[in-house]
Amino acid sequence: MKKTSLAIAFVLMSYMVSAQTATTGFDIRSSGMIYVVVAVITVIFIGIALFLFAIERRIKKLEQDS
Amino acid sequence: MKMIYQSWWKVLGVILVTYTMIAGLLFPVPPLPIIHETIRNLYFHVPMWFAMCVLFSISVFYSIKYLGNPKEEYDFIAVECVNTGLMFYILGLVTGMIWANYTWGEPWSNDPKQNSAAIAFLVYCAYLVLRNSVDEEQKRAKISAIYNIFAFPVMIVLIFILPRMTDSLHPGNGGNPAFGKYDLDNTMRTVFYPACLGWILIGSWIATLRFRIRMLESKKLNDD
Repeated sequence: MKKTSLAIAFVLMSYMVSAQTATTGFDIRSSGMIYVVVAVITVIFIGIALFLFAIERRIKKLEQDS
Repeated sequence: MKMIYQSWWKVLGVILVTYTMIAGLLFPVPPLPIIHETIRNLYFHVPMWFAMCVLFSISVFYSIKYLGNPKEEYDFIAVECVNTGLMFYILGLVTGMIWANYTWGEPWSNDPKQNSAAIAFLVYCAYLVLRNSVDEEQKRAKISAIYNIFAFPVMIVLIFILPRMTDSLHPGNGGNPAFGKYDLDNTMRTVFYPACLGWILIGSWIATLRFRIRMLESKKLNDD
């Protein structure tokens, strides 16, 4: 267990290091605010997904009634 | 058919798309001139077309099935898959235009890819118009099933084959550097493939919801 978590930690660390060295035209990560956008679109999408599940529940109810 | 009532694949679709929204913005991408960070659009724009293609394929499959065995259900699946597919079609076109505005200089540059996509869009709009112009239900289902079977290969040729045979600005066409071998690196693959699968599942889910509503409507109509 300890070994696996250590391995995962190393993989993640190498990821972060490679993420820092990648240079694109304008590095949006360097501004440090991209996480806000990520949070916003994630919330939007999860909201839409929950909405779809709600629609599905309503349809299921109608199907059972008829 | 039992699958449309199960929820595991819907949850899977939601998880995959949520993952791509996070990883798609945070994972590193290869530095490329002109497109810069817009390469991330690959995770969001291209899956729209994948979802559309799968939905239209399901539609054709059920159109063929309908011709062999004229069940109302098959016709409903075919039409709702086209309806949902067209939504993804519009999203794909619009997101492509937004991207083109910043990389090609204008939203619509009469590029072969754009023009054929517009033509194929009209081909599928004609499917819906054709359906609405026939009143008799069985005739409508049969004629539109035949039309659908012809429309599908036309759409494939227009969008995926013809633009590749001429000079198109679109990545992956006419000798253009694609998001392929050289710049779709392995990190991008870990986001791109789940994104495609996730959106295909979400698209199918929406189509099944519309199909079930249509079944209820038809049942209600028959009861009255």
